[in-house]
Amino acid sequence: MFHFSNIVRTKGDPKIVEGGPSLKRPEDQLARALGWFSIGLGVVEFFAPRRVTETLGMEGHETMVRAFGVREILAGIMSLSVDKNAGLWARVGGDGLDAAALLSGLTADNPKKGNIALALLMVGGIAMLDYRAAQDTRPRRPPREARRKLYPNRSGFPKGIESVRTAARQIAAPADNEVKQGDERRVP
Amino acid sequence: MKALVWHGKEDIRCDTVTDPEIQDPRDAIIKVTSCAICGSDLHLFHNFIPGMLPGDIMGHETMGEVVEVGSGVDGKLKKGDRIVVPFTIICGECDQCKRGNFSVCETTNRKRHLADKVFGHTTAGLFGYTHLTGGYPGGQAEYLRVPYADATHIKVPPGIPDEQLLFLSDIFPTGWQAAVQCDIEPTDTVAIWGCGPVGQMAIRSAILLGANQVIAIDCLPERLSMAEAGGATTINFETESVVERLNDLTDGRGPEKCIDCVGMESHVMASLPDTLLDRAKQMVMAESDRPHVLREMIYVCRPGGIISVPGVYSGLSDMLPMGAFMNKGLTMRTGQTHVNRWTDDLLRRIEEGEIDPSFVITHTVPLEQGPEMYQVFRDKRDSCVKVVLRP
Repeated sequence: MFHFSNIVRTKGDPKIVEGGPSLKRPEDQLARALGWFSIGLGVVEFFAPRRVTETLGMEGHETMVRAFGVREILAGIMSLSVDKNAGLWARVGGDGLDAAALLSGLTADNPKKGNIALALLMVGGIAMLDYRAAQDTRPRRPPREARRKLYPNRSGFPKGIESVRTAARQIAAPADNEVKQGDERRVP
Repeated sequence: MKALVWHGKEDIRCDTVTDPEIQDPRDAIIKVTSCAICGSDLHLFHNFIPGMLPGDIMGHETMGEVVEVGSGVDGKLKKGDRIVVPFTIICGECDQCKRGNFSVCETTNRKRHLADKVFGHTTAGLFGYTHLTGGYPGGQAEYLRVPYADATHIKVPPGIPDEQLLFLSDIFPTGWQAAVQCDIEPTDTVAIWGCGPVGQMAIRSAILLGANQVIAIDCLPERLSMAEAGGATTINFETESVVERLNDLTDGRGPEKCIDCVGMESHVMASLPDTLLDRAKQMVMAESDRPHVLREMIYVCRPGGIISVPGVYSGLSDMLPMGAFMNKGLTMRTGQTHVNRWTDDLLRRIEEGEIDPSFVITHTVPLEQGPEMYQVFRDKRDSCVKVVLRP
């Protein structure tokens, strides 16, 4: 990407000669891929719900598919955000909803039940990836109960706090007097 | 040279880049001896502030030794001088600079057309801080070009270690300005939200300026312990109600002065529903900032009081209680720091041993470990408060 941004860089500003290693982990890349997949699927569901219901033999459920599309888009945006973990868990929950909706259409009289079985298989596979990514991208913040270093001796005042407070009081005192004298002059 | 380069959200790498060159007669090049990761760098790390491009060099807290000067520096700097570089680039000649409003210098933002559109008017150019503020390469690198170097520098004497001087570049004057903006009186209670590096400096500044009581609010034990060491009474917002405790500590009046050292990424907690809503809106890009602290300050501040905001906000904040703000007659003061307005005084205080800003440093590592330290700092691992990098 930086090759493109170098085009707008001012002449003379440093440009990358050799890239260093990225600390991005494979699970971060997976989360990103799932996020974009979610947005793509959501757009299809939102803008072409009839194509989806016809493929699955579930005509009449277009409103539900459109709502699922909105859910996919929001979960995708969350998965691409800093809080990707929340987005991925939202996707895991969404996978459950997808599976339940598909199962409701898996009836003996549905001529497209083969497509539903295939869709269920895909949802299962994606759900496994979502779950894996959600597990692996848990925030790495230390737990609240973790032992932490404390800094009780770092006052920043080499001469001590009391010395600073005394100095501040001494500076404030003459200023107070000036105000009082001024106030007296203003009293009628 | 080596430099920490932004490649995208949560992706900063230590790359090899070309060395900076003198581009203008008023430029200087410094060899960086120390630089630091600032809390506001994390907003860029998270890509919450628009205007970063892959390949941008990070960093705006930098000091070093002058190795080259342009012909127009006019003898104000020479090779070998030791300088701290203020994060705001200033010309020293425009109307705003003459008024001491250095952070809104009208000259130095070389991409002012962007700032004019986004902010209404341009602000100063900043090092390593998006193309909205000039797209200047930052100082988390081995060398740094300092534009307008004849004005954009703080000359520091030998004999004082880098650790004590480095924070004149940003967090010390930022905390100081936050406290000065409060017009602190000897009877005042000053409440400070956020005990990160700027919050710690604001606490010390409020003490130096003679506040009667300083109250610091955070949830991390290491930061609260550091705040307490600096003379503050502390409130852990995860275990107690901030509003109740502040009212208790001020006999129900509320603090006269409130300082927001948190900014746009306030903590999200299930017990604070507004923070959850803000986070959700921020995720879907329906709101850019999470202004919980601003809301709380307006609610709890004593009527007629002052709210000072050094914390960074990038764009749009929802649901601010303007009714309370107006009816209580509050004053809000904010802005990026006019660094050079304060640094002569602050340098004197360091030289005289009144304050030693190095207390805040918890990690010092080579520049190459910078990318990892961004994650450690962001995740508050290893009780991290402030990271200094050594190129």
